[in-house]
Amino acid sequence: MVAVIALQPTRIVTVNQTAMPGIDADIATGETGDLRCLGAWTIAGAAPLESRLAAWAWPRTGEVVIDAAAVTAMDTSGAWLLHRTVRNLERSGRTVRLQGLKPEHGALLNVIAAHEVELEAPREPEPGMLVRTGRAAWENLGNTIGILAFLGESMIALLRSVVQPRRIRWRYILYNLQTAGFEALPITGLLSFLMGIVIAYQGAEQLQRFGANIYVADLVGLSMVRELSPLLTAIIVAGRSGSAYTAQIGTMKVTEEIDALRTIGVVPLELLVLPKMLALIIALPLLTVYTDVTGVLGGMVMARAKLDVSFGTFFGRLDDAISLTSYLIGVGKAPVFAVIIALVGCYQGFQVTGSADSVGRQTTVSVVQSIFLVIVTDALFSIVFSWLDI
Amino acid sequence: MAQPQGVDAVVEIRNLNTRFGSAVVHENVSLTVRPREIFALVGASGCGKSTLLRETIVLQRPVSGSIRVFGQEVIGLNDEEALPLRRRWGVMFERGALFSALTVTDNVGMVLHEHTPLSERLINEIAAVKIALTGLPADTGPKYPSELSGGMRKRAALARALALDPELLFLDEPTAGLDPLSASGIDGLIRHLRDALGLTIMMVTHDLDLLWRAADRVAVLGEGRILGTGTMTELASSDYPLVREYFHGPRGRAAREQAWKQK
Repeated sequence: MVAVIALQPTRIVTVNQTAMPGIDADIATGETGDLRCLGAWTIAGAAPLESRLAAWAWPRTGEVVIDAAAVTAMDTSGAWLLHRTVRNLERSGRTVRLQGLKPEHGALLNVIAAHEVELEAPREPEPGMLVRTGRAAWENLGNTIGILAFLGESMIALLRSVVQPRRIRWRYILYNLQTAGFEALPITGLLSFLMGIVIAYQGAEQLQRFGANIYVADLVGLSMVRELSPLLTAIIVAGRSGSAYTAQIGTMKVTEEIDALRTIGVVPLELLVLPKMLALIIALPLLTVYTDVTGVLGGMVMARAKLDVSFGTFFGRLDDAISLTSYLIGVGKAPVFAVIIALVGCYQGFQVTGSADSVGRQTTVSVVQSIFLVIVTDALFSIVFSWLDI
Repeated sequence: MAQPQGVDAVVEIRNLNTRFGSAVVHENVSLTVRPREIFALVGASGCGKSTLLRETIVLQRPVSGSIRVFGQEVIGLNDEEALPLRRRWGVMFERGALFSALTVTDNVGMVLHEHTPLSERLINEIAAVKIALTGLPADTGPKYPSELSGGMRKRAALARALALDPELLFLDEPTAGLDPLSASGIDGLIRHLRDALGLTIMMVTHDLDLLWRAADRVAVLGEGRILGTGTMTELASSDYPLVREYFHGPRGRAAREQAWKQK
């Protein structure tokens, strides 16, 4: 038997009172039975009670008498604890006699006993390494096919809109131009300006060593215009607008607004995807031109400060440094990136299933996937251009 | 838990005034909910029933007046101060408000995890009992809310409201959006819970069937005031035009006849 504290007829000093003062649910050895239940058996005292009951030394065999006369209050949690104790004892082959239970507590105990549910649900075994790899591969395959199918559907919808221009939702396109394009001006401008500064700063030391200060214009101009500015802009827009597309379409899916659109006879793709895609195809090249300017501006400022290259000289050099082809390659990538961002953002939005959690998950996937695809596409462009020698 | 002695009203609202801008929602509203009764608040859509409920559970603040729950003034309490009271009551929201990322068992268990140091196993067992108490089948526990029907979601929300063994239960439109069969299941469930667990229940509804079958006392809210309080039979013989319209419209009569047949 666990050593238990001296008993008074009514009030017991308990060991486990520290956690919750003022609650005196407890058990003790009694003169009339093997176990006396005391105090308020409620949720507030359930935690110490649970550990006390678990540590209780029950008689090995025969009849166990539980005396519940001193229980002052009982709620469903307390009743469950008592019921569980009795049930476990009975399962291990002992008989239990519950005595002194107040009628209202008895009634509650009966209610609980009537609603007992077996918890031992058979757990599915953890799948093995091979199974998980296979599943992941299968999922990725499905995802790729899904995106391709979505691309196809969007293109068909686009063609239909071209054939019947009145189906194009100009108002939505303008709205998206403003949110994805115009409102992105400050952040894209600032970041590319800083990027220009960083490149000029990094190049300055090397160029100074060879006395080739003037070539900072080549360095900043070419790297910004041809590579960095389209890439940087696409990544920012993917984070800003791609995520917003997923969250918007995903939430609309949760609230069944997509289904509502369908029943009204509006093709969701035409209303939700095409305006976004068209707006982004217009906005991203424009943003790229703008970040070309701000990025080179950043380089110019740094060149003057660090390398004593005046604005005029820098400008003069820029003309030779950047060929028209380089410039067009840079801007030309932007619409491709725009299609990727809009496509992935909207596709992931449609993949949302029923819960707030799913919206969050798909939004993360959308941003990661679109940035990944933008960078991979950029690399592919580089390879193709070096093949073609441009 | 020890309830302060001598409190014969679980919820006591006195001279409550609520305004949204210039729109008057409540004007000198007073009502009392007694221990162990099923009290229903009825009225037309937009009459401020849900607002009154939200003010009582300290989610919204009225302009003036007094709301005492378990004898304690709740107006102006911040979240921290309201916590001890909130642990003593459970709330079921109109649309369930189950956490969509958690299973039904975890929805119930989460409340216990937050407020008690119980073991994982005991929490799961208690959650299973609560889920069974609301009449859900045993395999509901591991399911997610999105996999449940409307009626099952309401029951799961009720199970979560019951998690901490509240003394007082607030139900916002417990039968709204349910088919008649599920709705009458909820009627029975509410009475069963009151009888089995000794709860006090305050609910907002405009389901006349539910009123006839479950409510002990009903207060009619309209024109910003309480138009009448009493048992359904008392209210049905009231002279006030709005109340009469409410109870003697075609649907009101049908619900009453239905209730008589059931008795």
